[in-house]
Amino acid sequence: MSSDKLRVKDIGRKADPLVNIDMTNLPKLPYPYEDWVDPDIEELPDKKRNGRNVSLDGVMNIIIDNPKTDQEKEEMVAKFLVGLRKLLSKENNWTFLKPLMLSLDNCVKCNTCQEACPIFESSGNLSAYRPLFRSDLLRRIINKYVKPGGKLTAKFTGSDIDLNWNTVARLAQLSYRCTLCRRCAQTCPMGVDNGLLAREIRKLFSQELGISPQELHADGTVKQLETGSSTGMNPEALMDLMEFAEEDIKDRTGLDIKIQMDKPGADILLIHNAGEFLSWPENLEAFAILFELAGISWTLSSDMVGYDSVNYGLFYDDTQYARVTLKHAEVAKKLGVKKVVVGECGHAHKAIMAIGDRIWLGESNIPRESCMATMEDLILNEKVMIDPSRNEFPVTTHDPCNFTRSMGIIEPQRRILRKICPQFREMTPHGAHNYCCGGGSGFAIMQSHNFPNWKMAISGRKKFAQILNAFSKEELAPEVNKYVCAPCSNCKGQIRDIITYFDANERCGFLYGGLVELIVNCMTDVKEGFIDWDDFH
Amino acid sequence: MMWLQVFSLACVAVSILAIIGKVLRYMKAPQHMRWELYPVPHEKGRAEYGGSYLEELDWWTKPRESDKFNELKEMAEEIILLKGVFKHNRRVWGSSFPFHFGMYLLIGWLVLLFGSAILQQLNIQIGTSAGVIGQIVHYLTAITGYAGLVLTAFGALGLLLWRATDERQREFNAPIDYFNLLLMTGMSVVVIIAHATTDPSFTTLRQYIGETITLSQATVPSNLIGIGIGLLSFTIMWVTITRMSHFVAKYFLYHAVRWNDEPNERGSKIEQSLIKLLSEKVTWSADHIQSGKTWAEVVKEMKK
Repeated sequence: MSSDKLRVKDIGRKADPLVNIDMTNLPKLPYPYEDWVDPDIEELPDKKRNGRNVSLDGVMNIIIDNPKTDQEKEEMVAKFLVGLRKLLSKENNWTFLKPLMLSLDNCVKCNTCQEACPIFESSGNLSAYRPLFRSDLLRRIINKYVKPGGKLTAKFTGSDIDLNWNTVARLAQLSYRCTLCRRCAQTCPMGVDNGLLAREIRKLFSQELGISPQELHADGTVKQLETGSSTGMNPEALMDLMEFAEEDIKDRTGLDIKIQMDKPGADILLIHNAGEFLSWPENLEAFAILFELAGISWTLSSDMVGYDSVNYGLFYDDTQYARVTLKHAEVAKKLGVKKVVVGECGHAHKAIMAIGDRIWLGESNIPRESCMATMEDLILNEKVMIDPSRNEFPVTTHDPCNFTRSMGIIEPQRRILRKICPQFREMTPHGAHNYCCGGGSGFAIMQSHNFPNWKMAISGRKKFAQILNAFSKEELAPEVNKYVCAPCSNCKGQIRDIITYFDANERCGFLYGGLVELIVNCMTDVKEGFIDWDDFH
Repeated sequence: MMWLQVFSLACVAVSILAIIGKVLRYMKAPQHMRWELYPVPHEKGRAEYGGSYLEELDWWTKPRESDKFNELKEMAEEIILLKGVFKHNRRVWGSSFPFHFGMYLLIGWLVLLFGSAILQQLNIQIGTSAGVIGQIVHYLTAITGYAGLVLTAFGALGLLLWRATDERQREFNAPIDYFNLLLMTGMSVVVIIAHATTDPSFTTLRQYIGETITLSQATVPSNLIGIGIGLLSFTIMWVTITRMSHFVAKYFLYHAVRWNDEPNERGSKIEQSLIKLLSEKVTWSADHIQSGKTWAEVVKEMKK
């Protein structure tokens, strides 16, 4: 079937895959990638599928085991409907019932949202990736199979849909073709939030059917709650890593910096993404240098979960989300800190400060602040000495959706960048209207099967085009060092993968990293060269 | 009373109940997690670029300055001019704006007709030879009525054309969408023709309303006017029981969700509501959830 003619009511059809992604239809990239040809997304033969359903578009990032018999299929469909009813009930979903009802009821199906969606655009306008396609499918199922008399009025109300196993499995897959960036919601004249609806679908599958991506659940929240971190790092391993980090700081800067651990009554508890301790230790090291040289009373926690700000529950499951964020609250309360500062991690900001605002109750309601505000105070009020000429190279910044569009933290990082980077320039658009990096909602950590190819070529395409467009042709020459600032762990991981996929370190001389590394790179109390241009990792 | 009057009263009663029902449904929905979306227009000095008070160092120690004027301005632009549609979907705005503005005028027209019908019951004359108030009401009724009907018909036809001809759009149209737009067009055209030809200042309609609200027998001078009244009554009801009354949900979507940046403070009403909700029993069936226990119990530990 020609994918651009796909209709919502085709969703239950037998075709496998239902959507054919034609890489030659993807939008062209700007200079110097006009002739870039994306490799086809690897087909998953039966052996690799291992009985799993990838019938939407042949891409796998969520494990859906196909039922073996027709009876099992019917049971799964029935279970899905039970879950759908729970999703619409106060006792099971009071957490998001009001926004859910409002977004379900209010859509006038004008399709304004599709123009805002980078995935729809970057796929070459595949119908299935329209924000409305997914939410309309959900609405049709609810209207026909959950609302009283729905089957009688289905044709008149446009809710004519066949509910079978294919429909259910593809709805689950569709919920993982959205990064929950909420850009579509900004443009909706009604205020409908298709990102929220995608998240609610994910919740239904996780909380009722136990279906979720392995990276988010088994290797994500479950591992974090059991070992202390989604990386599997336990408190003992953490202490070893902190020793390594102190030695690394000494090697890089010559400074004897102590990484503060479990300091009761500290002014600040820094909750940092533990994935960075392994992938980008320089980010934590830069925080330690900055805070110590600024004379701040701060600490990390070595308590279970307290040293990892990650909370993948935010992307797929309210119960897992709440369990993780409550551990964070417990740690802050136990240490008796004055405030919690969330490190450079977008979803952790949203989990701890925004959604957590309704979970950290009573005595656990310790004040929480973005590290952007903390760092702005240190730089703008000159609590550390800087020499901007050390950052004399082109710099642009990415806006993590979770703390810009969803929390309105936009200017502090810009005021810092304008002060410390003489060649700072914006992407277009930016701030609250930015484009997602393409790794949002957990995509950045999903590295299995053929999904990485999809997330580079499609969900990350718009961001890569934005990055290229932020620099002049001359600046895009490989010999010109330039820096993409990504003050968020997941975004940083995605941007690393984008740069690697497009070979943009070699071809264009891109380096990426956080904001705090740029600050330390220009601090006069630190020897020059904190940012290592030869160390792309 | 004639059957048409009973029908009109029933339609109005249903529409009032439908609106009350919708408002109560959203008002009674439980306290939800924070889920605002920026820009939030009442963020003083920050709304323009989409910033929030969370940008401040120690934000909880500082007074939160709210710019209510900017919020009202944003609301007015959105309600009256459909700013969002203008900005993001200009093609639709060309029809949607006259359609909505026409309906606002029709609401004003109905209020004027209803109000003047009551005035007439109080022996205050309405018309060209009446007093100042009577004359103002007379002319305003005619202006709002014809302008509203024409704009509504024009806008509905434009939207109908867009839905029917835009290939990408057609897939998402339901028979009810076409019916709604045809109803609005048909009602407007019938009422325009019925009154422009025999009752240009809506005198008989005012009289009909007056007689209906006093539960006395009404006289309808022509079948066409009768059909117009029937269609108008049905439309009032239909708008409120279908998605066409999305203005109710839109209010809550903006104020309760999208622009709701109220932080939870210790001992606050928000906190009290949340504590109550934690005692709700969870029945989710996935293996990692302790089905049958309360939220407070479920979120303490993961089920092994």
